[in-house]
Amino acid sequence: MHDMFKRYGTGLTTMILLVTAFWILILLILPNLTMFESSFRPYLPVTEVGGPRDVYSFANYGRILGAHTDLSVLGITFEVPVRVKVFILTIYYSAVVTLITFALAYPLAYYLAKIVSPKSLPTLFLLLFVPLWVSEILRSFAWFIILAFKGPLNVALMSLGIIDSEIRWIAGFSPVIIGLVYTYVLFMLFPLYNSMQSLDSNQIEAAEDLGSPWWRTHWRVILPHAKPGIASGAVMVFMLSAGSLLVPSLLGSTTSGWFTQTIQGVMLEEADWNTGAAFAFLLLIVCTLFVSLMMRVFGVRLSDIAK
Amino acid sequence: MSAGIDLDNVVCDFGSFRAVDHVNVSIQPGEFFSFLGPSGCGKTTILRMISGFIEPTGGVIRIGGKDVRGQRPNQRPTALIFQNLALFPLMPIWENIAFGLEVRGVNKATRRKRAEELLALVDLPGAADKMVSQLSGGQKQRVAIARALAVEPSVMLLDEPLSALDLKLRQHMRAELRAIQKRTGVTFIYITHDQGEALAMSDRVGVMSQGRLQQVSNPRDIYNNPVNGFVASFVGENNVLTGPVAAPTGGFAVMETPHGRFRARIADGVSGQGVKLFVRPEHMRFSDSPTAENSTPVTVTEVAFEGNFISVHAQSDSGMTFLSELRNDGSAPIPAVGTRLHVSFDPAVAAILPDASIARG
Repeated sequence: MHDMFKRYGTGLTTMILLVTAFWILILLILPNLTMFESSFRPYLPVTEVGGPRDVYSFANYGRILGAHTDLSVLGITFEVPVRVKVFILTIYYSAVVTLITFALAYPLAYYLAKIVSPKSLPTLFLLLFVPLWVSEILRSFAWFIILAFKGPLNVALMSLGIIDSEIRWIAGFSPVIIGLVYTYVLFMLFPLYNSMQSLDSNQIEAAEDLGSPWWRTHWRVILPHAKPGIASGAVMVFMLSAGSLLVPSLLGSTTSGWFTQTIQGVMLEEADWNTGAAFAFLLLIVCTLFVSLMMRVFGVRLSDIAK
Repeated sequence: MSAGIDLDNVVCDFGSFRAVDHVNVSIQPGEFFSFLGPSGCGKTTILRMISGFIEPTGGVIRIGGKDVRGQRPNQRPTALIFQNLALFPLMPIWENIAFGLEVRGVNKATRRKRAEELLALVDLPGAADKMVSQLSGGQKQRVAIARALAVEPSVMLLDEPLSALDLKLRQHMRAELRAIQKRTGVTFIYITHDQGEALAMSDRVGVMSQGRLQQVSNPRDIYNNPVNGFVASFVGENNVLTGPVAAPTGGFAVMETPHGRFRARIADGVSGQGVKLFVRPEHMRFSDSPTAENSTPVTVTEVAFEGNFISVHAQSDSGMTFLSELRNDGSAPIPAVGTRLHVSFDPAVAAILPDASIARG
């Protein structure tokens, strides 16, 4: 801090600190605190706000246990609250999206970090970045068109003779998964690339020289080294997927409810911000717990991710 | 079991750059062989071709008599010790050492036992459960050797493994490496730019320059009888004289230089332009009066006491500075700066040599 005052002078440093403080306090912490506070208060007509019925309770959080529906797991059918089911499926499919992005990004990151010649690296990175310049909404619409019943994907597959009749792609969670993977795969790729790039190539050669087949070199040398990158990529993709609203709304079907859509419904259609806030915090808390649990399982420390 | 290695007309090109140019050498089973040369001379390329990371552009490499072209590094009976050692920092020491055994499907108890044995062999007992970052430079060195020995290679390839160590440790590890090589009987191929290392450790040394093997011989022969100017000047110090050479007689020839006439050994077929006369500083003698031959008057310009020897610079009247090294054993008086003396050398210890062989006819 002392250095900063020395380098930029008192005026500029104070400015920077104030702007940062404004950003964090006013735009981040304060709104969240307001939401958190309102999540414990009942949804009341304006005239009753502050009145005798405006008391703190967990009633809003309890509303997630509303109407019931069936959930089948491994052939066993449970009766669960419909919002809990949506909640569980959101977490589950976000985890699936995370796994798929990892499976796609790992070989690509390895190729970019260790195989491709440094000369062609800028071109390849540009090719990877270009889709990011297009807005998320356009990219999701593009997938909506590609996956349409009479869309280019079905036409191409049929003309190649791979399928006999059109496949209804936009059904269930598949299009949501495709859309989320496409949108967030780079958030997995770049941390993975960074961590792999820092691996001394001699270690890969040493493993091979000692007789290791390629898969064991990956399992014992490259994967452990890339673990912090995998962890930060996985956290980002998982959190972004679970919190995504646009992709599930555009590419979803009637059978693919995403919990963010539930929150949106409560907040905008029922205009019940109190319950919406409660649901949003539930999602945040459970996702954080899930991520912490996964980090514990895979032996990743928070300091590894921050690197 | 150790194996010999044959390099038969081996060539390696990187684009238009010829890194290794028709190298022929037979390395015996159980031999400690060093490739010595400046950086960029192609020695590391040779090592990487033997280990299988680079395929030769031309020629044949045989290990234990078998052509290994097309075999990946993990199929070859070689073990490479990298310049930076390339230990696995996320595995404990014993897993590092046993990695090659793990790959071969050896069970955990046996792997652990073998790692302990190898740690004892490289004089590092009790380090099995430490991490790489907890070890010193010399200890990491030993772990790298143990890891390579664990796969029981026929040939050990060492890529300047001592270059990162400080002088004392380097000298200690030289002896250690040599002892391990003798104990295990494995063929060692050692790459270095440090002539001291190569001469001290090797059974034979191959001196390289610009992709070509200049001379292959035992260390004494390399130092005492270099075949060309490159070998002479790369290995050890020299006083170098140039000038026209008269026709040789009986293996000796006379060179006319601006600093006098000097007689020295000359090999058959060496003559004419591009030859130089080389004589080592330790063979230069001082006397008060001129000797029968190879003598020139000089003035002592600098005397540096180096400990075990004294380095003397003396300038001839014609402007050439001769370097002489006198042993610090009282056998010769130490001249004072400014003294007028005559410097001379025995024709038998000086040699007229051609430049390095670079172009191939």
